[in-house]
Amino acid sequence: MSNAAAIRPGRPALPEWVRRLPEYLMIWVPLLLSAAHLVSFSLWTIWISFTPSTLVPVSGWVGLRNYTAVLASRNWQIAFDNLLLFGSAFVVLSAATGLVLAILLDQRIRGENVLRSIFLYPLAVSFVVTGTVWSWLLNPGLGIQKLVHDLGWTSFKFDWLIDRDMAIWTIVIAAIWQSSGFAMALFLAGLRSVDADIIKAAQIDGAGPVRIYRRIILPSLWPITITVVVIQLQFAISTFDLVRALTNGGPGIATQLPALVVYDLMFQRSLLGRGAAAAVLMLLILLAVLVPYAAWRYVQRRRALHA
Amino acid sequence: MRDRSFAPSRIWIYLVVALIAAAWLAPLAVVVLNSLRTNEEIAQGSMIGWPQHLAWSNYAAAWSGFCVAETCAGIRPYMLNSALVTIPATIFSTLLGAIAGYAVSLWRFRGDNWIYGIVTLGLFLPQQMRLLPWTIVLRDLGLINTLAGLVLIHTIQGLSFTTLFCRNYYVAIPHELIRAARIDGAGFFRIFWRIILPLSGPILIVTVIWQFTHIWNEFLYGVTFTTGQQQPVTAALIALSAAVADIPQHGVQSAAVIIAALPTLLIYLLGGKYFVRGLTAGAVK
Repeated sequence: MSNAAAIRPGRPALPEWVRRLPEYLMIWVPLLLSAAHLVSFSLWTIWISFTPSTLVPVSGWVGLRNYTAVLASRNWQIAFDNLLLFGSAFVVLSAATGLVLAILLDQRIRGENVLRSIFLYPLAVSFVVTGTVWSWLLNPGLGIQKLVHDLGWTSFKFDWLIDRDMAIWTIVIAAIWQSSGFAMALFLAGLRSVDADIIKAAQIDGAGPVRIYRRIILPSLWPITITVVVIQLQFAISTFDLVRALTNGGPGIATQLPALVVYDLMFQRSLLGRGAAAAVLMLLILLAVLVPYAAWRYVQRRRALHA
Repeated sequence: MRDRSFAPSRIWIYLVVALIAAAWLAPLAVVVLNSLRTNEEIAQGSMIGWPQHLAWSNYAAAWSGFCVAETCAGIRPYMLNSALVTIPATIFSTLLGAIAGYAVSLWRFRGDNWIYGIVTLGLFLPQQMRLLPWTIVLRDLGLINTLAGLVLIHTIQGLSFTTLFCRNYYVAIPHELIRAARIDGAGFFRIFWRIILPLSGPILIVTVIWQFTHIWNEFLYGVTFTTGQQQPVTAALIALSAAVADIPQHGVQSAAVIIAALPTLLIYLLGGKYFVRGLTAGAVK
């Protein structure tokens, strides 16, 4: 590799920093833009949440008034209760479904690749598409209920989509369908990394498959389980598109979620201060999940280093 | 216990797996079938049924016929919008992410760990925290309701993912390789071009697939920062369902849904292995 430019005579030598300017720009501009937007946008939104801003951002200080207003609103309370229910039901059920799928696929069955593609394809599709399709399937006058009625079983009832108490479960169903494949992919990778020698030793000792799963394989999966749970929770907390397409928060405000409240406050009611406060509350919910997870990861890594 | 056979004791495994797979395919099958049924046919029965005649005209209507918000050009202009946002934003964020990932993993410079740490926080920061500031930035740049505005957002936000993906891939490249090239007088760009890029095939495919899928499927920014004719296809689909709420056209709507989902589905079918790698790489942040 020759560096002809540097040794060619008769060319005025540029100072080091000028010669290296393109490289500095290439390294720093994108990274700084990215880091600066994250930090300044967060700080700015936090600041707005303490101001009396409505239609436009204004300076001023109202303390926690925006927060108390959001927390006291029925909209937010329903959204928060829904998040607790949707978050826990979705996370538990999608992890369970993913684990079952992974264990089934791990039985050295034929067509594993095709099956894996089938369980993962919903992840390639947008939540808008998923939500729209499930809104048709679950619509009592169009989808599954109508089909069963047309087949002659006219007392069959499956109208969760328009039932205030059950509507949130339609979002659970669609979300499980969309993202169980993700849990499956992670669990499958975990199953494949279990030490084959240990399993062989257990088999020689006469342990049956059920016992091997319960005593050796499943316990080794718990770190992956935590990762799956945290990522699915992160998804649940920021769910927006899916609800927008499936129920649009309805019937009434029965399937309201925090992300919809933020959007509603910011862009439909033009209450920027309260919208920002709701966004910060979302961030706090997320941190309540992520900070313990990060601490746990840190301890795990330290332990691995000292082991 | 682990042979690839159809032994009788293993039939139940195949049965269970086949049942679940059918459930997973059912929504896709329903939409594909509906896209070939006429609106009247669906109105008489349910959304779930076999087409009597193949109504291919639904696709023509969905592509360039039906009306959203008083414009009757079908889904085509919105597909074009999505492409004009997704393709540049994917290329920019991937390229810049590859360079940034190379810089923080192999070139090393003062403060690299700090800035990398902050950039990866972008994986976690909810979009809701950035909505208002982006509104102001786009307004000041005159990019509200433009596709260029969305390209800018997705390029900058995408950097968090692309830098992480590439950095995690490049740390496995031996430092000696870089050191030797530097002693030979090769600079930052020459090393990137001659050594790093030729080794980057797999990770660039993973990153491009991930970015394309995410940007194409994104909805919140599209619906917040664009209106009417400038909207990407995800936002247009929602507008379509709202527009036809009184007189549903489920056949045409199904065809529109299929068309809108087709680009990412095709990419998934062609690059499934890389798609999954991106999913799991994103998971083990």
